[in-house]
Order: sequence, then C-alpha cells, then structure tokens
Amino acid sequence: MTEKKQPQRNPVERILRMDRMPHIWCPGCGIGTVVTSFAEALRKEETDLDNIVVVSGIGCTGRVAGYMKLDSFHTTHGRAIPFATGLKLANPKTKIVVFSGDGDIAGIGGNHLIHAARRNMDMLVILVNNFNYAMTGGQVAATTPIDANASTAPFGNFEYPFNLPHLVASAGGTYIARWTALHLRRVTKSIQEALHRRGFSFIEVITPCTTLYARRNRLGDGLNLLKYYYDNSEIQHNADTKDLDITYQGKLIVGKFVDKEKPTFLDAMNQHLSKVLGDKYTPYGEVK
Amino acid sequence: MKKSKADPKGVLTGSHFMDGDYALAEGALAAGCRFFGGYPITPSTETAERFSERIPVVGGVFIQMEDELGSIASLIGAAWGGLKAMTVTSGPGFSLMQENIGLACMLETPLVIANVQRGGPSTGLPTLTSQQDMMQARWGSHGDYEIIALSPDSPQECFDMTIKAFNLSELFRVPVFVMTDECVGHMHEKVVIPPAEEIEIVERKWYKGPKDKYLPYKCDSDGIPFMVKTGQGYRFHITGLTHDERGYPLLNAECQKINVQHLIDKIKNNADKIIEMEEEQIDGAEVIVLSYGITSRVAFRAVQQARKEGIKTGTIRLITVWPFPEKKIEELAKKVKAIVVPEINAGQVFLEVDRCSRNKCKVVSVPHLGGWVHNPDDIFKAIKEAVK
Ligand SMILES: Cc1ncc(C[n+]2csc(CCOP(=O)(O)OP(=O)(O)O)c2C)c(N)n1
Ligand code: SF4
Ligand SMILES: [Mg+2]
Repeated sequence: MTEKKQPQRNPVERILRMDRMPHIWCPGCGIGTVVTSFAEALRKEETDLDNIVVVSGIGCTGRVAGYMKLDSFHTTHGRAIPFATGLKLANPKTKIVVFSGDGDIAGIGGNHLIHAARRNMDMLVILVNNFNYAMTGGQVAATTPIDANASTAPFGNFEYPFNLPHLVASAGGTYIARWTALHLRRVTKSIQEALHRRGFSFIEVITPCTTLYARRNRLGDGLNLLKYYYDNSEIQHNADTKDLDITYQGKLIVGKFVDKEKPTFLDAMNQHLSKVLGDKYTPYGEVK
Repeated sequence: MKKSKADPKGVLTGSHFMDGDYALAEGALAAGCRFFGGYPITPSTETAERFSERIPVVGGVFIQMEDELGSIASLIGAAWGGLKAMTVTSGPGFSLMQENIGLACMLETPLVIANVQRGGPSTGLPTLTSQQDMMQARWGSHGDYEIIALSPDSPQECFDMTIKAFNLSELFRVPVFVMTDECVGHMHEKVVIPPAEEIEIVERKWYKGPKDKYLPYKCDSDGIPFMVKTGQGYRFHITGLTHDERGYPLLNAECQKINVQHLIDKIKNNADKIIEMEEEQIDGAEVIVLSYGITSRVAFRAVQQARKEGIKTGTIRLITVWPFPEKKIEELAKKVKAIVVPEINAGQVFLEVDRCSRNKCKVVSVPHLGGWVHNPDDIFKAIKEAVK
C-alpha cells in the first residue's frame, strides 16, 4: 500500500477528490483503472453528479468512496449494500453506486448481495474481483480460484469459488456484466448503461492485485496480469450464467449476460400497496 | 435547536388500549420517523408489525431486512438520506447490531433502536423478560463512545420515550436506545396520544451555508456539527475511519484524540441536560431503592411495605440510564445508609451505583436472572437487611 503517482490534469478530475491524492493503492494495482472507467462513465453521461451517491465497504477497493468527489460513504466491512438500501429508500431520487471488493460484497456481505438482487433494489454494484482479501494481506476469499495460493491457503485453495454473475442472476439481478479491468472502454460503457437501468445492476470487474495475489502466485507485475486477463478473456454476450465459473489462470468469459426490466422494490411497493389500499395509501418517492 | 410540532399524519391522537411494542411504533410515527428497517425477533416483533401496517397510510418506508446487520446499516443510510429512522430488536439481534452501532456513533448519525429485552445469554428465554442488555447498551460496540439509553416502565412511556429518544438523537446526533423489556412490551395498558400540536419535535440540525464550505464534522458553538442529506450537491465524504472536520480519514493519535474525545464529550458535558429521573421521599431517607423499567413497578410494593414498617425509604427511578447520573448518586451516598438496586440481571446498573457511591454507603444488589420479575418480598428483605 505505498503511495504513488503524481496527480495529472484530466477531465475526470472534477469527479475525483484531488485533495486526497496521492491515493493509497500500490503501483500496478487495477483498482485505479476501474475508478477511471467509472469516472469516465459519469463524465460521458453528463449525469447530474449531485445526484450520484457512492457507498463502499472496507478493503483496498473500499477506499474508492473516499476518492470520489460525490456524496460518498465509507461504511463497514460487508454492509455497503444494506447501507445503500437505506440511502436509496430514504432519498429515492438519488442514484446509488456500491463500489467495493469481492470479499466485502460477496464474502462477508454475501447475504445482503442476494437479498438486494432479490428485491431488485435500485442500485448499481461494481464489484472489483481481485481473487483475494487484499487489504488484510492476501487471504483466501470466496472468489479465489481452486489451486491459487493465498496467505491462508498456503498450499493452494481447494474450496469451490463463487460464480458471481450466476449467483446474482439466480437471485434476481436485472443487469449483469463481467469485464476485466483492461476492458477500459467496455467497463465504462457497461457502467454508462447500468446508470440508466432501474433495478439491481451488477458489474464484476476482474482486477489484478499486484502486490499480493500476483506476487504470491508468481504471475508477474500488474501489467502482465492485466494483459493476461485481457488476452484470456472471451466476450460472450448473453452467455448462460451457469457457464461462467472461473478457474485458475483459465479462460475468462466476459460480457453482458443479463439486461432486463422488472419493477424495482419501490415500484413494486407503490404498485402493490396502491392496488390493495386504494386511496388510503400514501404513494412514496418518485412514483412510476 | 430548532423545534416544531409533530406532523399530524403520524399522530394517532386519542386514548388507546395497547401494548408497549405497539406504543413504540406509535411513538416513532408521532416523532416523525418515516423509515423502519427491521428483522423479526420475539418479544419485539409486534413493533415492526405495527409499523408495517401503519406506514403505508402515513407515508414512508418499512423494509424487513435480511438480518439485523442489515437493519442497522439500512438505518444509518436512511438517516443520511434524510429520514428519521428506527428499528426494534431483542438480545440476539442487538448483539448483531453492535458493530454498526459503533459506525452510527462514529458518523454521528441520529437514529433510534428499541430493545425489548428477553432473557439471555444466547437464545436464552425468547418469550420471557430480562434487563440483561443494560451494559451491552453502554459498551456493546468496540472502542470508546457514549450513547443515550432510556428505560420506560409502561406502554405510555414506550410512546413518550420513543419521541424523547428521537428528539435526543437529533439534538446530539447520536444513536438513542429505548431499553424496554418483554413485560412492558407485551403489557396492555391505557396509552394516551396527545394532539399533534402538543407534541414537540426536535428537527435535524440542517446545514444551510454555501455548498462548497460544508465541513461535515466541524462543530457548531453547541458542540454538535451540522448535517446534510444526500443528493443536494454538497458532495461530502463520510467515513468510519478516524476523521477530521472534512470527514477525511486522518489516521494518527492526535486526530483520534480529537475525534473520539468529541464523541464522549458531547454526551458527558451535556449529561445534566439529558438525565431524567423520578425521585420520591429522598429527603431524610435512610435507604434508597434505585430501579428502572418494569422493576420500578415491582419494587414499589416492597417500598410501600418498608415504609409501613417505619423504614424511611426513598426511591429513584432512572428514566435515563445512560449517561449515568454519577453526581446524583455520589451526593446521595453521603446522606443515606444504603442504596438497594433490584434489576432483572446479575447486577449491571448496580456496578455503576457501587462505583459512584465511592464507599460512602452500602450498595446492595438484588439480582434476578430473568424469566420473570422479582418477588417484591425479596426486595423488601434486602431493604430491611440494608438498614440493619
Ligand atoms: C468485521 C470485519 N472483519 C474483518 C475486517 C478486516 N478486513 C478489512 S478489509 C478485508 C478484506 C477485504 O477484501 P475485499 O473486499 O476483497 O477487498 P480488497 O482489499 O481485496 O480490495 C478484511 C477481512 C474488518 N475490517 N471488519
Ligand atoms: S494490495 Fe493489491 S488490491 Fe490492494 S492496493 Fe495493493 S495491489 Fe491493489
Ligand atoms: Mg478482494
């Protein structure tokens, strides 16, 4: 977690907290790349930035909220999604983006992930999957591929990892994509698209952790790994999410797998209660 | 402090026959609470049920979260989204909430948690009473911080104190606990809900200055920072890490001292304003019975009996349990022979009374490990023994 890189002037600077630079990420870490794609998506969309709220949990990726010049919350480990749920429900006009790590969202926070997807809670979740718990030193995660080495799997991992797009799709997510961090433009476009969706959107970004995962598994530096992920990925839009398992240094299927519409939690609440209670019901939020 | 009258939409004015759990929900609605995130747990569930039934008409959101970790997180989010927020739980759920109670303290987030206590530890006595979470309310999350906890002894007080809890939480930007118990929660009694214009509401301390000058943790002259909600262009950052006035992380001992000391001082330095209690026949008393919540009602019988037998018995009923009335106890201890502390636990608040009495009088614990209230005779015997 050493500091690096001088701030450069570029058009996304008004979306970043330049007064907090330099950031804490290691040289070659892929998280910054995903942040760039996110900022680029916001810039391109000319979204009303005052209306975007970023929520992170805890971890290297969890630090993202702190670098976005938006309403931003750095919460507790695993609880970004329920925190975001409260934010969204209390202030329905805001667009909520949860930006956090694989351990945070799918490990300790896994229960919240599936329930937010089930409810079709209107939020975009950007999950940076670096295959390990980086912040705490590279421990095995629910996403670590079988045979990959981690500090608490020193002889290699033997647990089955999650297939995250499949998990979220089964739970009810309405927009689901996976990319690698090097698919800069694809990630940006996916985020742009998802920002327009109402409902539970989920973008998994496979991202190298140079210092821990890459070093421990002797996979070269960040750039090597980034390139490896990119070269070994195959775009298969609409692929059956069942087929998206990730194996150690194997082929990565990326693309947009789900893109559909259904009423969000608040839509469903308003529709259902209006139907049942009639005039007695006080519609809530931006009624659709 | 900005005060206003309650929004009539949430106020069910009239005379009702309802239990403590329902009264908690009515108190919240009267106080202007429009977000409830909860998870069912006996003996508190009726509060969530009541809120879910009433909120569609009043206007607001009820969500049954996937667990208590989620409920408390959703409350903190809802508060920053601009609403007044509440949840209700009991022992096991309260335990699950502890980490994010610390987050709420660190972020200085106003919210209210009612704990309808049941016997513990663990699953313990799901349907039977206790007051065993009193110390957990005070110390349950990690690190140093202060909270406020109130203890109602009747359904009427469940209503009144929930409003008070919301007001205190806005005034001091701190989580406030309504520490009731199964007995009061399930007790049906008359609850009088006044007209909305008679209910005083403390409004959130909204920041009104220029957008680019907002500092989330810069204290005002009263020691409490201003708050904003999301989506208004402040572009503010909030973190559970030790932070400076800008809300930016600053991880060193100096900032930690300022940050944490502030969380302690804003409650401690205002303790006199926060603390409320009921005293009876204190002057000239040789023994004081100090209790709170349901136990005060049980102790009353023992006190009457003691008085009948000529023992000069005073009573103190704590309405605010945390912050603790340290000074009051210290003064009292100099004047009486003994303070008797019955409570439905192994002696939790007793420890505080004992500490604050500074050995100036005898302090007697009358424990009950939960499942039912004390037999008043046991309290009476303790009073008699104490003045011997
Ligand atoms: C309740 C709790 N347990 C454990 C931790 C320690 N911890 C901090 S970050 C982290 C893992 C983060 O992993 P991930 O979400 O994948 O983020 P990354 O650092 O890999 O980006 C853990 C276990 C914590 N902060 N809180
Ligand atoms: S430890 Fe890994 S994930 Fe964390 S900043 Fe360094 S390279 Fe990135
Ligand atoms: Mg990770």
